Amino acid sequence: MFPELNHLLNTTPDKAEQGKLTLLCDAKTDGSFLVHHFLSFYLKANCKVCFVALVQSFSHYGIVGQKLGVSLTAARERGQLVFLEALKTSVDIFFQPPVEPHPLQFLREASAGNLQPLFEFVREALKPEDGGEAKWRHPVLLVDDLSVLLSLGVGAVAVLDFIHYCRATVCTELKGNVVALVHDSGDSEDEENDLLLSGLSHQSHLILRAEGLATGFCRDVHGQLRVLWRRPSWPAAQRDRSLTYQYKIQDKTVSFFAKGLSPAVL
Amino acid sequence: MAAVSTCGPGPGNRGSEAVAVDRSSATSFQRRGPRAGGTDGSGLRLVSIAGTRPSVRNGQLLVSTGLPALDQLLGGGLAVGTVLLIEEDKYNVYSPLLFKSFLAEGVVNGHTLLVASAKEHPADTVQELPAPLLDDSYKKEFDEDGCNDKTPDSHMKMKIAWRYQLLPKMEVGPVLSSRFGHYYDVSKKIPQELLQTAKWHGFFLPDNMPSPLALEPGHLTHGYTMLLEFIKKVISEEGVDGSNPQKKQRNILRIGIQSLGSPLWGDNSCCAESGDSGHSLTKFLYVLRGLVRTSLSACVVTVPAHLIQSKAITARVTNLSDTVVGLESFAGSERETNPFYKDYHGLMHIRQIPRLNNLICDESDVKDLAFKLKRKLFTIERLHLPPDLSDAASRWCAQDPARATPPLGPGCSGLARGEKHLDF
Repeated sequence: MFPELNHLLNTTPDKAEQGKLTLLCDAKTDGSFLVHHFLSFYLKANCKVCFVALVQSFSHYGIVGQKLGVSLTAARERGQLVFLEALKTSVDIFFQPPVEPHPLQFLREASAGNLQPLFEFVREALKPEDGGEAKWRHPVLLVDDLSVLLSLGVGAVAVLDFIHYCRATVCTELKGNVVALVHDSGDSEDEENDLLLSGLSHQSHLILRAEGLATGFCRDVHGQLRVLWRRPSWPAAQRDRSLTYQYKIQDKTVSFFAKGLSPAVL
Repeated sequence: MAAVSTCGPGPGNRGSEAVAVDRSSATSFQRRGPRAGGTDGSGLRLVSIAGTRPSVRNGQLLVSTGLPALDQLLGGGLAVGTVLLIEEDKYNVYSPLLFKSFLAEGVVNGHTLLVASAKEHPADTVQELPAPLLDDSYKKEFDEDGCNDKTPDSHMKMKIAWRYQLLPKMEVGPVLSSRFGHYYDVSKKIPQELLQTAKWHGFFLPDNMPSPLALEPGHLTHGYTMLLEFIKKVISEEGVDGSNPQKKQRNILRIGIQSLGSPLWGDNSCCAESGDSGHSLTKFLYVLRGLVRTSLSACVVTVPAHLIQSKAITARVTNLSDTVVGLESFAGSERETNPFYKDYHGLMHIRQIPRLNNLICDESDVKDLAFKLKRKLFTIERLHLPPDLSDAASRWCAQDPARATPPLGPGCSGLARGEKHLDF
């Protein structure tokens, strides 16, 4: 996790909020550093994490996680992390029909109606243990990323339904969090993606939007991050709060600074 | 809990260029270095594969794309386990050169090849691979071509734009060890004796026509399904997915797929109005990436991006690939006669570079690149627009930079783009 981002969001692993849907969005840049942040943040907060990784392999997250101070293999072995590595399992499921319902079953269908098997997988992974004593704090679902589901033939409405079900189960019933990454296609007229993005923006509590700079490529400032709090939990603030920062990604951390105040420029 | 101390290849781990394949996960993204608690000696034996080298940033295994300048722009080479997408130029003149250089590099290094095409029989493609330039004749080529092209003026030192002289050209000098990255002579064919030693598999779509009643999983176009099955079969035959650890010397499989997404494959992605209809191409790319990720292979796919009408599909295809490079040739456009571009044949855009096992990637600072096909060599260079020297003489062409720069401007690296075109 990035300590500076924790300052900006006003959270620490100890007092993480519960029952929230966080939307990560990237426009014209790569927002995957936010996924790495939340993965290591929730693992350090001792939460049970279900990670649906649709675009990268386990070792990719593992190596970056090591740089950020968590070991994914150890977390998986002790049961804290349930990892669905879609790239690897998609090959198996594509060539042979599965024996029992498989979370990635939609790959075999022409245009999948719903993502129910995937939701069952998530619910099974995050259900509280029957032993009575809770080893982990609240459960967390991380999805990287949802836009790729549209490319695989799942409709935007089906993805929104899936997130709705997950929210009802994970956020409301189990008092956990859901974090999902969606790409903003911008001017490329992807209507399904826009539908998905606006639907998710409406129902999320926190939106983190990573954008490229309006002026193009810069070596020292890699982009701009907009943080938008919706439905703040304290009743005093009636309006949604929004902050904008610029960031530079380094080898093991990301440094944030106010707009125009990059250390390289000052 | 946190294994902070073991991140990064420690000083003791540097030594041989080596890769250890973990049989339990069988991905190619393994770090160099000893594994803690390894009991199986044969699985741990570090073997070095010809024609590969580890990346300096994260120990990732890299292979050469066949064009040393492109290797440098991609941060050292093409990572094993990734897919490089080449957006073809409009008349498909220059992208086959890149494609064939990639395959020729595989022949020279002794890698196994897999060539798939719907238009040209792979046997013909393999026969027409360019010949590698040996180290001593390479230098002669560069000097010879340089003398023919240059006018007497350019031999003089630059007086006004003297800073340009200090900048290094994009072309890389000959690498000292000829093991990684070779130069190819596109006017000559590869010698037969090299081809005899090469091992290649070909997939030609008209030879694999379907039985009409078969129902494919996922409703992909039949050609795509057959191709995926063929690739999977070759991967397990060659053992590049780590299934036979002790058997043979490990080798890289180079996969080349030509003109994916064109109607010749039976795919109507080019005509689709929006992203809703037809997910064949995107599903194919997803499963292909899954196959390539879990094996020691590197894949180059050329896509006729100019045929795809829907921007949504282009964006999805870009997001589903790891590295995306676009070629834009000047043939047939007004830029062919533009004096600014007289030395070059087209522009090259690096649209996306992956961040593998890392938060950052090796992004080159140079955003405006151009390529040219000299008599024998295909090179990529940094594009320098000449400075505006005087007010009167260049007023007629003062509008040209404004029209020319928008395509160059938004420093497209897939990593940060903006609307205006100021790069700094």
